[in-house]
Amino acid sequence: MRSSTWAKFLILLVAFAMLAAACGDSDGDSGASGSCEFEELELVTEGKLTVATGEPAFPPWVGDNDGNGFDDPTSKLGFEAGIVYALAEELGFAEADVVWVRTDFFDAIAPGPKDWDFNIQQYSITADRDEIMDFSDPYYTTRQALVLYPDSPFAGATSTDDLKDAILGAAIGTTSLDFIEDVIKPDTDPNVYDENVDLEAAMNAGQIDGLVVDLPAAYYITAAQVEGSIIAGQFEAEAAAPDEYGMLFAEGNTLVGCINDALETIKDSGKLQELEDTYLTQGGGIPTISD
Amino acid sequence: MTDPVEELVGGPRLIGPPRSPRSREEGARGALIAAASTVIFLGVALWVILTSEAWPAVQRQFFNWDRMVESFPDIAGGFWLDIRLFLLAEVLILTISLVIAMIRSLRGPAFFPLRALAITFIDLIRGVPIILLILLLGFGVPALQLPGVPRSAIFWGLTALVISYSAYTAEVYRAGIESVHESQRMSARSLGLTQIQALRYVIVPQAIRNVIPALLNGFVSLQKDVALVFVLGIREGVREADIYAARTFNYSGYVTATILFLLVSVPVARFTDWYTDRDRRRKQAVSN
Repeated sequence: MRSSTWAKFLILLVAFAMLAAACGDSDGDSGASGSCEFEELELVTEGKLTVATGEPAFPPWVGDNDGNGFDDPTSKLGFEAGIVYALAEELGFAEADVVWVRTDFFDAIAPGPKDWDFNIQQYSITADRDEIMDFSDPYYTTRQALVLYPDSPFAGATSTDDLKDAILGAAIGTTSLDFIEDVIKPDTDPNVYDENVDLEAAMNAGQIDGLVVDLPAAYYITAAQVEGSIIAGQFEAEAAAPDEYGMLFAEGNTLVGCINDALETIKDSGKLQELEDTYLTQGGGIPTISD
Repeated sequence: MTDPVEELVGGPRLIGPPRSPRSREEGARGALIAAASTVIFLGVALWVILTSEAWPAVQRQFFNWDRMVESFPDIAGGFWLDIRLFLLAEVLILTISLVIAMIRSLRGPAFFPLRALAITFIDLIRGVPIILLILLLGFGVPALQLPGVPRSAIFWGLTALVISYSAYTAEVYRAGIESVHESQRMSARSLGLTQIQALRYVIVPQAIRNVIPALLNGFVSLQKDVALVFVLGIREGVREADIYAARTFNYSGYVTATILFLLVSVPVARFTDWYTDRDRRRKQAVSN
């Protein structure tokens, strides 16, 4: 063989090896134990509850103790962090045994084994998503809200019809985006951004008239992220289905049932309501935008 | 590309691997071997992939035909925006970068400030990641709220692409201009042409011909980089696939988008090869 042929041969070999490596086996075992005894829980790390959330994680979902105001789930502050510690307690974990890891929205849904037991970052439960991953029962139901600057021509909107001419923005992967397209149906397609931070940049650049987010996020954005912005209103209408947040599990994960039992318990004990009252005060003073 | 050896000796080369057309049987045998090895390699690769334990999960999430069909209209609509963006950008880039390259090629102390300006522009822009340029221009300039300055994200996204690519393409042109023999410039000047005229009528036409493959290469690259304007909230093809994936947790839309991009870029790549080959053959015909 000439050297170039060798090179081609080697390249093929390498490509082949990479393919073979890429197709490594995944452990598809799901011992349907069904028992929620602490010793029998199926966990990625023995004796630890490994929970994933976003980075950075913002209030009201995750807060912190030392002045930043966000992104420290171990502070137990914030609605989602609070729920996780309440559930962990129900299942028999010590606080120190709750381990946090970070994933972004898309990492969490890629095929293959996961390095966390469940992922909590305001994932809306939908039938399409349920085909790929498993969800816990809903832990929160939200409404959509409109955030804009007070001098926007749409600040006085009282119905979704008033927003037909608006150029709206939403973050990717949110029900807010579906809500704009299915319920408000503006003449111009909404712009789609990766993060709420980009929404702010687009608002400042005058590229969008307003943004649609869930109500708790709207509180945080207007209070801390986009200076001078206001909540113009919360939408009365709901999208095709209520926007419910669930914890995300790899498909077939046996922990779901146990988490759901624990969630039921903290619902019944009033603990969940207490967390909701602490972090997600539903706005009495926020005007409603009718359908 | 020309064969330097052939250029030197003014005839077919006698050293190195022969470039003479092979005999019929040899060609047929080669084709058979190539076909067989391709089939075997692809067969083995497919077998490894399709029999792996995780394949069903991957297929469901990446190669789900129903999902690909369902996501197609939105993604195709976004891809149409991509196509319009890169065609418009390419026209602007080819023009602007040629001007920059010509400025950079001017001789003589009088043109120093212009040359320095062109070099500074090329160095600075090539040192900035294109995504940063898009973000800075797309969100930064409109936020200044200057009267009369457009705010459109598409406008600034396109501007960022044009600026960035013009810096690279100017260097491609310059390589072409420098590949034209110095005697051409001198002859043109001795005929009484000004520097600009010499560039315009004698040097640049030859230079462009030398770098057409490189220009087409840049064109293929631009086609894909256009998708980066998504960071400004613009819903082009890749972004529509993103949105679909976020909504359904299904990545099949990315495969749809990949196919659309390939449908455009592969023909361009083939055309580049064909053109280069034809050019080489013509030059050989001339030199023989």
